[in-house]
Amino acid sequence: MAGIYRRIMSWVDERFGTGSVEEFLRHKTVPIHRHTIWYYLGGMTLFLFIIQVLTGILLLLYYRPTASDAFESVQFIMTQVQFGWLIRSIHSWSANLMIFLVFAHMFSVYFLKAYRKPRELTWVTGMLLMFVVLAFGFSGYLLPWNTLSFFATKVGTDMAGFVPFIGKWILIFLRGGKEVTGATLTRFFGFHVAVLPGLATLLLAMHLLLVQRLGMSTPPSVERAIEQGKEQRRSMPFFPNFLLRDIIGWYAALGVLGALAAIFPWELGIKANPFGSAPAGIRPEWYFLFMFQTFKYLPAKVLFLDSELLGLAVFSLAGAVWVIVPFLDYKAGFGKVTRFFTGLGIFALGYIVLMSALALRT
Amino acid sequence: MTRNTLLMIGVLMWALVPAGKARAADSCLTCHSALEGDFAKPAKLIEGDVHYQAGLVCADCHGGDPKDNSMSAMSPAKGFRGAPRKAQIPEFCGRCHSNPTYMRHYNPGLRTDQLSEYLTSVHGKRLKQGDTKVAACVDCHSVHNIQAVTDPRAPVYPANVANTCAKCHANAEYMKGYKIPTNQFALYEKSVHAAALAGGDTSAPTCTTCHGNHGATPPGVSSVANVCGTCHAFNEQLFDNSPHKAAFAAMGLPGCVQCHSNHEILKPTDALVGVGPKAICITCHSKGDPGYAGAAKIAGDIAKLQTFYLHANQILGTAERSGMEVSAARVELSSAHSDLLKARVTVHTFDPAQVQKITGEGVQIAQKSYQEGVAALHERDVRRKGLGLSLTFIVLVILGLIFKIRQMEAKKPPASPGSAERS
Repeated sequence: MAGIYRRIMSWVDERFGTGSVEEFLRHKTVPIHRHTIWYYLGGMTLFLFIIQVLTGILLLLYYRPTASDAFESVQFIMTQVQFGWLIRSIHSWSANLMIFLVFAHMFSVYFLKAYRKPRELTWVTGMLLMFVVLAFGFSGYLLPWNTLSFFATKVGTDMAGFVPFIGKWILIFLRGGKEVTGATLTRFFGFHVAVLPGLATLLLAMHLLLVQRLGMSTPPSVERAIEQGKEQRRSMPFFPNFLLRDIIGWYAALGVLGALAAIFPWELGIKANPFGSAPAGIRPEWYFLFMFQTFKYLPAKVLFLDSELLGLAVFSLAGAVWVIVPFLDYKAGFGKVTRFFTGLGIFALGYIVLMSALALRT
Repeated sequence: MTRNTLLMIGVLMWALVPAGKARAADSCLTCHSALEGDFAKPAKLIEGDVHYQAGLVCADCHGGDPKDNSMSAMSPAKGFRGAPRKAQIPEFCGRCHSNPTYMRHYNPGLRTDQLSEYLTSVHGKRLKQGDTKVAACVDCHSVHNIQAVTDPRAPVYPANVANTCAKCHANAEYMKGYKIPTNQFALYEKSVHAAALAGGDTSAPTCTTCHGNHGATPPGVSSVANVCGTCHAFNEQLFDNSPHKAAFAAMGLPGCVQCHSNHEILKPTDALVGVGPKAICITCHSKGDPGYAGAAKIAGDIAKLQTFYLHANQILGTAERSGMEVSAARVELSSAHSDLLKARVTVHTFDPAQVQKITGEGVQIAQKSYQEGVAALHERDVRRKGLGLSLTFIVLVILGLIFKIRQMEAKKPPASPGSAERS
């Protein structure tokens, strides 16, 4: 048996040069220290992304992206298709869990200063991936064409209209017209299953390539402890030791997803009626709540700026700063931990948690 | 002060004068404002009056010359009519309100037959006979501070009508001698109509809806069903085609009121139909007669549908709370609920066969919905069992992996000092 396996691998190596990959994996190691646990978040996010792709493909077999059929097709998936309820519920739960893990992964990387030289581009591609994931969430939310998603999309796309000069154009581009209609649904479907997956694949490939090329970062505090002789530099082989631990996490995530889908199947809601009035207490998905709550607190006008424009400008600026943080906090590359950037991270995390909690409470 | 300064002060003064419709000086208001007691009342009240707000002045009703500041302003020579006596009030108001040409200037939509209607009413007839205790225009609409019927402060606004009528009709002392009950208001207050009105539905019936307003009169036995039928048209139609129509007429019984009462019309329940202790049918029908058996059959069929509906509703609710998608079954079940409502209305045919036809369809739908609820709960249990099995498998795999890692690392510990990549 082992002989056949070796012969097959040798045949493949002759053609694809997989030996070098095998060699790379054999020598790849993962540092062991008190923060090692955070290394698993990226792998788990990747696992959930794969689940999204697989369940998404299965949903595509029955989903119909038109205003007249979308709701009914999802209802059909939930009630008539064998295990359709499971696939759709896992797709929805996994999406939410993935976004949560993306945030957790991002903040863990931020606080462990893993973005420092030479991993600036790993951070940048990761951030871009996060924006793509949020776009996945926003576009996917509309697809069941229920009342809540319809009005949330209306409010969400309204925001694009406040961008100076090109806002109106963006709004019409996103909606496929002045209002949210069936054209918006078809367009969002296109973004969700073609444009965003393409972008995500490209960014993911770059992100993973960089992670493999540069390896895992050891936090500056651990580096210092090693240099001072307080700790020993320890590591484990990526293959199979780290990968097996990763798989344990993936199995656990699969169990959680299955339990959520079976005990709390994702609800369908009421079919959207574009001529109906917006339901009371309408709000976006939980990951946009901190922005939604901020807009509530902004006064109608600050100096000459409308609150919506001001909010957009602040969040865009904050997002841009966050993306280029490895270049701003360049001192981290020399092992220096700047209090300002640690404080900035604590402020950002605290702000997101506080605003989301306030939005959920009201 | 220069001429320009004076001009500027003049412009400023003009600008500071409160904006509003300028009114000519009115000697009636000037003098009555300075008086005391009842003489001052009209001048104080008039500002809130709909007539005054429309531009009318005291003299438009009472005559006289408002430009004359002396007592001769109130001389007959200047057309002064003074305050009308009670018996004169309807014609006093009717001077304008019965004149369509005049009324068109102010409120073209307002009817102008109030006086002629009033004269046909019990109030109007008695007033003509010299009974000044009966209601005339001002008793209901008030005087000098009259508000439009659409104004919630008006005593004739739908929500206030019952209280306005009750001022006299609920006053036993005042009504002594008329030989009519004085408990109508107390009874009406308990009714489903009063509850609807209190809930903000100003189209809900109040005294004037059934009795008329200006032509107020008690509906006779023969016309009660017509009064109720103005709103409950379908029920009236069913009753008219039922055997009860002729039977009630022969016995001199009023239609609807016989079962539903007149002022104390309560929300009807299923208990009113049948042969139970609260049933109305047994007030006329007794054991052994076909009506008694028919009532029992109708009540039984409605109760059956109600029970089947509730069971189906309950099981679908449980399925929904378990996260199951049963919206299609819910839509179906709503048809059973419609059948239940339809059957309750069809009671007015007093025909067990017609009621059974509807309840039978409803029961079938409710049974189907119930079965869909059972299937949904079964599916939920299957899912949970499947979850249990999957979780067991996942836990076993995780335990196996942990065991494998320990076994592997026991042979060759992963912690190899100095071997990790520096970063």
